[in-house]
Amino acid sequence: MIGALLGEALHSMRANRLRTFLTMLGMVIGVAAVILMVAIGQGARLSVDQAIQSMGSNLFIVLSGSTTSGGIRMGMGAAPTLTLADAEAIAALPPVLRVAPVVPQTAQIVAGANNWSTMVTGSTPAYFDVREWPLASGRAFGAADVRAAARVAVLGRTVALNLFGGEDPVGKTIRIRQSPFTVVGVLAAKGQSLDGRDQDDGVVVPVTTAQRKLFGTQFPGSVRMLMVQATGAEAMDEAQREMARLLRQRHHLPERADNDFDIRNLTALANAAAQTTRVMSVMLGAIASVSLLVGGIGIMNIMLVSVTERTREIGIRVAIGARRRDILMQFLLEAVTLSVAGCLAGALVGVAAAVAINLMAGMTVVVSLAAVAAAFLIASMVGVFFGLYPAQRASGLEPIEALAYQ
Amino acid sequence: MAAPPLIRLEALRKSFATAAGPVSVLNGIDLDVDAGETLAVMGPSGSGKSTLMNILGCLDVPSSGRYLLDGRDVGGLDGDERARLRNAFIGFVFQGFHLLPRVNLLDNVALPLLYARVKARERYARAATALERVGLKGFEAYLPARVSGGQQQRVAIARALVNRPRLILADEPTGNLDSATSHEIMRLFGSLNASDGITLVLVTHEADIAAYARRLIQMVDGRITTMRTRPATQAAS
Repeated sequence: MIGALLGEALHSMRANRLRTFLTMLGMVIGVAAVILMVAIGQGARLSVDQAIQSMGSNLFIVLSGSTTSGGIRMGMGAAPTLTLADAEAIAALPPVLRVAPVVPQTAQIVAGANNWSTMVTGSTPAYFDVREWPLASGRAFGAADVRAAARVAVLGRTVALNLFGGEDPVGKTIRIRQSPFTVVGVLAAKGQSLDGRDQDDGVVVPVTTAQRKLFGTQFPGSVRMLMVQATGAEAMDEAQREMARLLRQRHHLPERADNDFDIRNLTALANAAAQTTRVMSVMLGAIASVSLLVGGIGIMNIMLVSVTERTREIGIRVAIGARRRDILMQFLLEAVTLSVAGCLAGALVGVAAAVAINLMAGMTVVVSLAAVAAAFLIASMVGVFFGLYPAQRASGLEPIEALAYQ
Repeated sequence: MAAPPLIRLEALRKSFATAAGPVSVLNGIDLDVDAGETLAVMGPSGSGKSTLMNILGCLDVPSSGRYLLDGRDVGGLDGDERARLRNAFIGFVFQGFHLLPRVNLLDNVALPLLYARVKARERYARAATALERVGLKGFEAYLPARVSGGQQQRVAIARALVNRPRLILADEPTGNLDSATSHEIMRLFGSLNASDGITLVLVTHEADIAAYARRLIQMVDGRITTMRTRPATQAAS
């Protein structure tokens, strides 16, 4: 019975092609818009999430304070107030999981005939854990390398590619500011950071080597900043308070003096960015959903016209034995067929548009099966919802009046 | 004892509410129609013929009085039960043919079987047989607009008889047809009545069309004024 009624629905849709097409167009645009917008929103979320992931989780950055010299105030990190000893003291705090001191400086690196200018970061093995950064090949340097201030280096992927091309650099020698270093490992690719920097463009060496043998400083033992990882998201507040208290105490700051360091919560920043994209994603979806609703109203409109136009047909059907339910089902099926067919076409258009945007604009888009399925479900529901009223009007017609309708 | 009549009307009345108050259209009709009979209803416009046909066809219900169809009181049935009764028991033939314009002739004829929940294969087989019966074999795939008025009425008759009804109700079946075609259609009705024993009730304005029926009633102002029955030998002509 359903099959036969479906056949009738298709038949009547074919009989009025232009109208069927225009009615469906509303659904096509609505569904395509929902799928496309959700894909763009989710793509943005994915980009942000990946950037956050690549930064490491539950992170603080502790910068050393500013300095004033002859009335000229330098920026944060200029004053050598933080030391390796501070790092060890902070690492001993209960809410802190691990601490990686960072001594960064730009340097020219030479390997054979190639050379490359990049950021050289002096740190400890904890750095790789804090940044949650696995190695693609070789090994990280260890605590022994740090104690011995060994001339070993771990290369970022971009650096490895620029200096060695396709070759495996592990075991090879590079020169950083003329001093030879042995490459012990290559980091896995991490991609762009939130602000668009290439995180793979860098070299990591033991912090002691950087301090003593690479970048001479008049403040031995000082570090530019500390990367601090808390034990968990819930320990962030406590970690921040404890660190501030400890550093003030260690730096012998009087009660009223300002901090000579700056603690920045990176996770909070990242979460704000994630929250923004989440809101954007929901808003895009909501706006697109409105067009689905408009498409549904279009279907109801046409179905109402169709019922009026086919009043006599309905009268004939009822006279020869159609029950109320038969007429209801026929018109309902027609509306649902319209909306589902529109939805199918819309899904194709939406996915195609998403792929096109990805290819042409290079934007990250995520076409999720769930979004397509949801659009489908909503479209069917729109079909039933907006088809029901016209169908009820049709099935409620009195046969005698319907037969007499001109 | 004789079989009960196929149709029994007892003191049947029908009135419609209008802006000017209730208008009485049928004023007490008593009528028996036996199975296998042919009955013609004549009368001027407004005499209540169509209303009577609508009630006989279970498209409308009487205001008072009783309508027994094959011994069953139709008055208490709801819309769906009446629809089932129309589908299984009654075939309709209208003045304006009332075929579905966008559907081919075979599908038109098969339509009552769809609502009888007959399977597709059997539906089309029976519809094809019915079309053949009215002399339209080979026209299955045509749309109604492509065949003549007389052929359309034959299709309507095929549709009326496809579900093997006991009763065919024809409301001015030749009203839109020329004289020669009208007589063809009436001969077709006559043969259906003779071979299948289908009871025929028809409304007409024309005396020569009414002459095909064995019994004739005249209606004026919602009442039956005269009733004539001819001898059986003449009716079959």
